[in-house]
Amino acid sequence: MMDEYRGVWVFIEQNDGKIEGVSLELLGAGRKLANKLEVPLSGVLLGYEIKQLSQEVISYGADQVYVIDHEVMKDYRTESYMKAVINLAEKYKPEIFLYGATSNGKDLASAVATDLSTGLTADTTILDVELDKRLLEASRPAFGGNIMATILCKKHRPQMATVRPKVMKALEPDPDRQGKVIEERMTLKEEDMRTKVIKIVKDVTKKVNLADAHVVVAGGKGMGDLQNFQMIHELADTIGATVGGTRDVVEAGWLPHEQQVGQTGETITPKIYFAIGISGAIQHVVGMKNSEFIIAINKDPNAPIFDVATYGIVGDALEIVPKLIKEFKEARERGGEMSYV
Amino acid sequence: MHIVVCVKQVPDTKIIKINPKTNTLDRRSAPAILNPYDAHAVQEAVKIKKAIGRGTISVLSMGPPQAVAVIKKSIEIGADRGFLISDRAFAGADTLATSYALSKALERISKDMPVDLIICGKHAIDGDTGQVGPGIARRLDIPPVTNVIEVSELNESEKTILIKRKITDGYELIQAQVPCLLTVEKEINSIEYSPMPNMMKAAKYEPIIWSVNDLEDVDRTQLGLKGSPTIVGKMFTPPKPEGGKRLEGNADKQIEQLMELLNDKKELFVSR
Ligand SMILES: Cc1cc2nc3c(=O)[nH]c(=O)nc-3n(C[C@H](O)[C@H](O)[C@H](O)COP(=O)(O)OP(=O)(O)OC[C@H]3O[C@@H](n4cnc5c(N)ncnc54)[C@H](O)[C@@H]3O)c2cc1C
Ligand SMILES: Nc1ncnc2c1ncn2[C@@H]1O[C@H](COP(=O)(O)O)[C@@H](O)[C@H]1O
Repeated sequence: MMDEYRGVWVFIEQNDGKIEGVSLELLGAGRKLANKLEVPLSGVLLGYEIKQLSQEVISYGADQVYVIDHEVMKDYRTESYMKAVINLAEKYKPEIFLYGATSNGKDLASAVATDLSTGLTADTTILDVELDKRLLEASRPAFGGNIMATILCKKHRPQMATVRPKVMKALEPDPDRQGKVIEERMTLKEEDMRTKVIKIVKDVTKKVNLADAHVVVAGGKGMGDLQNFQMIHELADTIGATVGGTRDVVEAGWLPHEQQVGQTGETITPKIYFAIGISGAIQHVVGMKNSEFIIAINKDPNAPIFDVATYGIVGDALEIVPKLIKEFKEARERGGEMSYV
Repeated sequence: MHIVVCVKQVPDTKIIKINPKTNTLDRRSAPAILNPYDAHAVQEAVKIKKAIGRGTISVLSMGPPQAVAVIKKSIEIGADRGFLISDRAFAGADTLATSYALSKALERISKDMPVDLIICGKHAIDGDTGQVGPGIARRLDIPPVTNVIEVSELNESEKTILIKRKITDGYELIQAQVPCLLTVEKEINSIEYSPMPNMMKAAKYEPIIWSVNDLEDVDRTQLGLKGSPTIVGKMFTPPKPEGGKRLEGNADKQIEQLMELLNDKKELFVSR
């Protein structure tokens, strides 16, 4: 009875009334799939006092939004969110259902897939459909990122996938876009819940926010030692950038883990990305290749980072970086025409 | 207090090699290890048992006979006993079929000794999915709490547990009813040196091994390859990004060109 299942769904993750970026990206990716399959694209929006976000979901490409606005749904909890999503999916039968690969998205999707007895592909980075059989082709890095695998779910519906943040592109929002808002009821009661969110503590001490940085200066093992690595910080300070690094650098203790770029770190899309003394291993590259303008400095002309870089400089970083810092400082002193910060 | 930790044997992906001709994993290149997150899961069970002062820690694994090694490793860390479910019928399982088989084994384990807490790793480094833990919780109808960074209080009489769960920009403090299932992050603890008696126990230890016939009420269509809705369609090497341009000349020349390029791109430096 797989033909009963039609339509593409995106789980809209919101925190404190703000929609997560990955959900908007998924609306962009979902729009393409829905167009190919000639079916509507729907958002699934859960929370408390969040109804008004429906228009934003529509403006980013959805045709309709299923909304459950209920006090029990105030904070994310597997129990309540899962029940709501399972009810919706059983009632309206989507053929494809996408979630952001965030803590909550993965948690929710895993529970939902179990109850719906369907397949779930984790951490997808490429999405497509095969029209003939209406099959979702969800591709993801496998075996530590050395290779890509396309995962299919042929006999079960919905076909579900979690998708890594910052890989898909959101559409330009169109505030005039029209869509349908479908409000659903919810019978869950707080007394029936076996988990309680006592409090949510935001980490305000975390100064570095790689994900939002528009210029990133990243350093690799090629900087040699911790002392030389300070050049990376100095360059970043000079141009008002955020510092990132490779896993090897993090393991050496030159940077905290939250500043690691790549498969097991952050995936980022800054406007400018400096890759200095970085070889360009696939696990690093997946985390930064969608940056707008990439400059690589490496003394090995065959380093794979040059394949991704918009412009590459073959040379010794220990010689080039200090010169760059000097140039930028001078440029800033000249003022006006080249003040970067 | 009976804690069961689910542990998986995985190839060490840090040193894994892919055969470029067949696009498959060269198993010989990768030594098999205890999934690092699961080591932290066992360590956390040891910590909890120590804090309470009593209890039993069982570990459970599904895998080929050689997966006994990860059970022995868990005994070294401080588990009391281990179970391995091993059968051809389990082979080729995706996360849905894995959580089904493990939940059947857990049902059997809890018949003899009711289970209060199940701990899994955040994910297995070979599959990288993190879907098995929540899947088990659903099948046993107990609440899952994922991405746990601290177990701060376990109240045995009230049957509640207080947990810190990592979220994108901080943490949540969650109170859950016991029994429940936790999946743990690496930062939850650091692996301690195994005491000598544990090492000696582990060396001799032989876990209980069950085949599918040892489990009750098993629907075989939900096991292994047959019970797995997802299949691998194809494997391919990641698409190569377009080759980049190089700047020419000596260092000074290159820097000069770069500064010009960046000057043209000045708008990129401006905050969004
Ligand atoms: C499962 C898994 C997950 C991983 N996740 C990540 C991840 O999230 N992020 C990540 O970054 N890595 C990750 N890795 C590791 C990754 O494979 C690489 O090992 C790592 O990115 C290499 O870091 P590097 O470029 O700093 O070091 P190296 O590979 O050692 O490269 C150093 C480079 O610096 C150059 N160099 C040396 N001296 C100089 C000099 N004086 N001037 C200029 N250039 C110089 C060298 O030519 C070389 O290219 C992961 C690996 C695995 C198996
Ligand atoms: N074959 C297995 N045997 C025992 N535990 C497993 C197995 N597969 C997964 N797990 C548990 O589930 C967690 C998540 O695995 P995964 O969903 O595969 O990333 C692991 O850290 C283990 O705790």
